[in-house]
Amino acid sequence: MTSKLARLFAAAMALTATGIAGANQYNLQPPQSMIARAIYDLHSLIMWIILAIFVVVFGAMTYSIIRHRKSVGHNAEQFHENTMVEIVWTVIPFVILIGMAYPATKTVIAMKDTSNPDLTIKATGYQWKWGYDYLREGISFYSSLATPRDQIEGRAPKSDTYLLEVDNPVVVPVGKKVRIITTANDVIHSWWVPALGIKQDAIPGFVRDTWFKADKPGTYRGQCAELCGKDHGFMPIVVEAVEPEKYAAWVKDQKEKMAKTAAADDPGKSWSLDELKARGEKVYAANCAACHQATGMGVPGAFPALNGSKIATGPKEGHIAVVLNGKPGTAMAAFKHLSDTDIAAVVTYERNAWNNKTGDAVTPADVKALRK
Amino acid sequence: MDAAHAHGYGHGDHAHHPSGILRWIQTTNHKDIGTLYLWFSFSMFLVGGVLALMLRVELFQPGLQVWRPEFFNQLTTMHGLIMVFGAIMPAFVGFANWQIPMMIGAPDMAFARMNNWSFWLLPPAAILLVVSFFVPGGATAAGWTVYAPLSTQMGPGMDLAIFALHIMGASSIMGSINIITTILNMRAPGMTLMKMPLFVWTWLITAYLLIAVMPVLAGAITMILTDRHFGTNFFNAAGGGDPVMFQHIFWFFGHPEVYIMILPAFGIVSQIVPTFARKPLFGYSSMVYATSSIAILSFIVWAHHMFTVGMPATAQLFFMYATMLIAVPTGVKVFNWIATMWKGSMTFETPMLFACGFIFVFSMGGFTGLVLAITPVDIQLQDTYYVVAHFHYVLVAGSLFAIFGGVYYWIPKWTGYMYDETLGKWHFWLSMIFFNITFFPMHFSGLAGMPRRIPDYALQFADFNMISTVGAFGFGLSQLIFLWVVIKCIRGGQKAADQTWEGAEGLEWTLPSPAPYHTFETPPVVK
Repeated sequence: MTSKLARLFAAAMALTATGIAGANQYNLQPPQSMIARAIYDLHSLIMWIILAIFVVVFGAMTYSIIRHRKSVGHNAEQFHENTMVEIVWTVIPFVILIGMAYPATKTVIAMKDTSNPDLTIKATGYQWKWGYDYLREGISFYSSLATPRDQIEGRAPKSDTYLLEVDNPVVVPVGKKVRIITTANDVIHSWWVPALGIKQDAIPGFVRDTWFKADKPGTYRGQCAELCGKDHGFMPIVVEAVEPEKYAAWVKDQKEKMAKTAAADDPGKSWSLDELKARGEKVYAANCAACHQATGMGVPGAFPALNGSKIATGPKEGHIAVVLNGKPGTAMAAFKHLSDTDIAAVVTYERNAWNNKTGDAVTPADVKALRK
Repeated sequence: MDAAHAHGYGHGDHAHHPSGILRWIQTTNHKDIGTLYLWFSFSMFLVGGVLALMLRVELFQPGLQVWRPEFFNQLTTMHGLIMVFGAIMPAFVGFANWQIPMMIGAPDMAFARMNNWSFWLLPPAAILLVVSFFVPGGATAAGWTVYAPLSTQMGPGMDLAIFALHIMGASSIMGSINIITTILNMRAPGMTLMKMPLFVWTWLITAYLLIAVMPVLAGAITMILTDRHFGTNFFNAAGGGDPVMFQHIFWFFGHPEVYIMILPAFGIVSQIVPTFARKPLFGYSSMVYATSSIAILSFIVWAHHMFTVGMPATAQLFFMYATMLIAVPTGVKVFNWIATMWKGSMTFETPMLFACGFIFVFSMGGFTGLVLAITPVDIQLQDTYYVVAHFHYVLVAGSLFAIFGGVYYWIPKWTGYMYDETLGKWHFWLSMIFFNITFFPMHFSGLAGMPRRIPDYALQFADFNMISTVGAFGFGLSQLIFLWVVIKCIRGGQKAADQTWEGAEGLEWTLPSPAPYHTFETPPVVK
């Protein structure tokens, strides 16, 4: 409790001593791209203008409140109209607004210019993680929150990057124009990295784009900015900007990794029930446990239990179909973006975990046959 | 009837009315209905306030301590819906009911029985909202903006919210028809439109806004309802629909809605400031024109709520310019208020304190509104705590402070007693201080990058969130003083004079205090 009070006191002190410590707690994050800098400067300009208006207008109001009060013996005058004054205080703000609109217009046009990118990355919002596809390089991966539950639930001390860390960051080369294409799989999300000055909604069924060019190497952190359901606060975005050579090495490395995974998922491979279950448990933890819970019990009223459910113990075709296509009108999204092997594994796992004892081993071929 | 009227003013003539609870259920009297609206609004204000404190508890420290994330989202959603549709809007309708007939010299509202119905629709709607917490899956957690397709994922709580909004919308439309008809047809002889008190003007314009946009909201949520249950695909891209279309329709309602909640507040402040400055309102006609301009502009700025959905540069520029334009008439209003104070002879009773507080703090919300109008800056700040700070500065320090000012201003006329001035001042100063402690730090957390509607946050936001939570509890508890003042004032106290305030002008002050049950059965003549 004392430490809480101490922190509160410290915060109050910090508030009064604006600008002395941690200046970037009080303003936009230090800009790291041309657009972010333009936004930062625009915001500063407007704040200065507003401050000037504030001083003039509330200076007059404060003066009036002090001097024109009955208790100091001021008698009320009875004027109540002056067309000239009205015109003046209509025209002056209008002129000030034009002064603000001009630089803002230039920035809007610059932000919209997504032409001639050096690199295009598709960011897909899922409940609740991001998927990335490097279109030309053919690299694809998912990026989920890396903060352990223990930290969130207060059983472990929180790290410096609490809630702003992911397992697989987006890696980009510095000084190159990166075009981000956004879309979503289920509901609307928003891809936001403040330091890069970029925020673009990711809309299911539609594609939008935006761009950035990181000035210097560094790790830039952001979060989903559009309410997307229960774990909206837990799907951060991390962009690592690296030197072009390091980027090339990373691309090579990723491609090798993907080739290895693809080889392991050779469609001709035959899987044993236990292999499928072991892999399925991992897929389940990454994709399903957020709603249906690790126990398979779901959340009563919100997310149905899989343990003992009709679908998970009924015909396997029905089960695969729900996983592939989702259930329209509910929070159950389509998972057709997962590979045949992953879906086969997770369905197998769900049919043989907890009290579900169907003994079914679903093969990737079963899944493939049901894909529309 | 004639015999009852012969008693004249000052005597209660309740003989031909049912007494007890039936009086309130069957009443068609504008004063009774005004009272019902105000008490309903205050109850919902307490409910919405408790929800706000519950979510501030979770945000006191980083980490998840008290609520599950899905319940947290229910709290933010229902706090918004209840405050907007249950607290602020009905409060202004309560003022309209009490004051408009007395201010224009009419005996009652034009459609007295519909007036009863438009109030009594509200409690069932409120019950639907509150009960939705207890259905499977809980209340809707899609945010008060109920964006599709998140809202199509929700449980039955969403359907209850949709029905509640339908009912409240119907109530608002009926109330608006009543207000427009009353104002246009029942003014006392000699009261031309340009002689109406500004509060009446702002409500006339507000009522037109309500009639124009409430059906739009009803349409939007009905489409969600059919998407949810009847296989339509208005907002489902997989079926040929468009999720962004929901946002366009919602904000075509939503932006005028913002002005629906602030224009009557402008009206109240425009009554209070001249009274306590003992000086006529400066620029009456320019105030009327400014209010109308704001109302018209409110229909062409909606997409500034959705700059990040990705629209063509020309659309972004159009909505940016249109939004910036709103600063001009809003500025004119603030300048006129200050010019009204200028060289007046001011005293600072509680209503005036709230009016001055309103001008000061609402303007800060106006300034941040200007910041948010600038598209590139908005894209950085959209859906952050900066926006939360902005709209609480205009809705709490704006609408709510004006409502408090209005209650203190007119309650002597309503009850016949003076309120406790000392307690009123305490209420003002505590509200003002705690309001700023709660919401000012949110500007900083928003600028630094804290998204709104999250139950847990990164460590750099911890200090400001802790301050906000402390402020929120202070603000919430301060409102109990208000309840105390109002109850005390109803129960008795120093008798209020008919002309309660030295500088007050208007027909309501020609009536006795408390205002008799029936007033202006013979219309006064306005010179």
